[in-house]
Amino acid sequence: MHPSLWISKTGLAAQDTKMNVISNNLANVGTTGFKKERAVFNDLLYQIKRQPGAASSQDTNLPSGLQQGTGVRTVATQKMHSMGNLQITENPLDVAVNGRGFIQVAMPDGTTGYTRDGALQVDETGQIVTATGYVVQPAVSIPATAATITIAEDGVITVVDGATGLASQAGQVQLADFINPAGLQAIGGNLFRETTASGAPTTSNPGLNGMGAVLQGTLENSNVSVVEELVDMISTQRAYEMNSKVISTVDQMLSTISQNL
Amino acid sequence: MDKLLYVAMSAASNMMTAQTTHSNNLANVDTQGFKSDFVQARSMPVFGDTYASRVYAETERPGTDFEPGILKQTDNPLDVAIKADGFFTVVDDQGQEAFSRDGGFFVDVNGFMRTHSGQVVMGNAGPMIIPPYETLEIADDGSVSIRPLGQGTETIAEIDRIKLVNPNTQDVEKSLDGLFRRKDGNYEPPSAEVEVQTGFLEGSNVNPVHSLLSILSLSRQFEMTMKVMKEAEDMDRASDALIRAS
Repeated sequence: MHPSLWISKTGLAAQDTKMNVISNNLANVGTTGFKKERAVFNDLLYQIKRQPGAASSQDTNLPSGLQQGTGVRTVATQKMHSMGNLQITENPLDVAVNGRGFIQVAMPDGTTGYTRDGALQVDETGQIVTATGYVVQPAVSIPATAATITIAEDGVITVVDGATGLASQAGQVQLADFINPAGLQAIGGNLFRETTASGAPTTSNPGLNGMGAVLQGTLENSNVSVVEELVDMISTQRAYEMNSKVISTVDQMLSTISQNL
Repeated sequence: MDKLLYVAMSAASNMMTAQTTHSNNLANVDTQGFKSDFVQARSMPVFGDTYASRVYAETERPGTDFEPGILKQTDNPLDVAIKADGFFTVVDDQGQEAFSRDGGFFVDVNGFMRTHSGQVVMGNAGPMIIPPYETLEIADDGSVSIRPLGQGTETIAEIDRIKLVNPNTQDVEKSLDGLFRRKDGNYEPPSAEVEVQTGFLEGSNVNPVHSLLSILSLSRQFEMTMKVMKEAEDMDRASDALIRAS
């Protein structure tokens, strides 16, 4: 059968993947700490049908050969770890990391997850947890009598006792960083997991060793740019249509053979 | 029997071949740094003792279109696009240098700067190895400078310059893995003229309108050759009838 059918099929599959990525990005345009993805395409291998330079007779060579491509493939969906816009919320437990670094959380299976979503809360035991209830590492307990919570730029959490009016240090937020954050595996729930591609985490206090400062009362918005996604969506749709037009054209050709001959 | 049928058959099968290349171009309409392939058909007359009325068609790929693709702004510091002519140099599977226009890079866990298909990017002084960094800048001439992790803004470390080459496009061809190489296999020295633009990616240079129109017109031509094949069949049937009548 005509190879164009399968080549255009790879084109359709690639545009399909891209559309999934775009729609996921757009769906998460309001997700705190979300990092957008982009689909990266590569051309598939080429086949030599006729070798250029091969002998066409004893004394002559073929001046140009015939080498055909076999389509396209999606090599990666790359997470773009650029910074999202910062939004002031005035909520004392909202923190944003201004620069590199991830907040570490204890996952239910005992491993460590990493997130940029700093919408933190206090659970019933007084521990600082994420919106999904996972405990922020290293664990910090807020006393029940605390009247105010202050998180400094270096991550130090100070609480003021409502009864005595005395301030005390409850703990410190630590951040983790990776040499290749794009290699982290996104596991949903605004969480990332360490992989061999991301490298091992290096932990440090905020504001030191290249880590960003922690900003209290601020949240990091999604880094999705709506305009960019919509423009991508238009071009993806048209590319999809053109590839499907190739398939219908080839189909028409094949039917000409079977009907006319 | 007249050989008209075989001439029409060669035309039809060559049109299918040409269409394959066009559909590959169209499938890669969104592949970063992709360069579209040309298609051309050549007439191949068959010479002999008789009048050379049998002219077969032969499809060829005379080369690759090296026109720059459109630039797409991404604002990613590791996305670089070449402004006009030239190529990035990457290390292929065999450890040899090959050329690519795909400027979407990332830094792997060992600090190697790679393309998304995993090839290491070459610098003028060997493979690009980037130490842990806080910010990274790629200058217009391909020089990479970083602010190392945990250092102040006054410490900027210059790493290396991405090896940019500008071979004559006549000496370069697309290989089977989609990378470009010199036809003669010679070493290509870095070129100082090639300029890059950071924060941009070069898209595919496929003209979708042209590709689609070529496919449609080839499809119509294909139908016409089918018509010729049908005619050939009718002629053969007519001569068959003559033999039977006598």
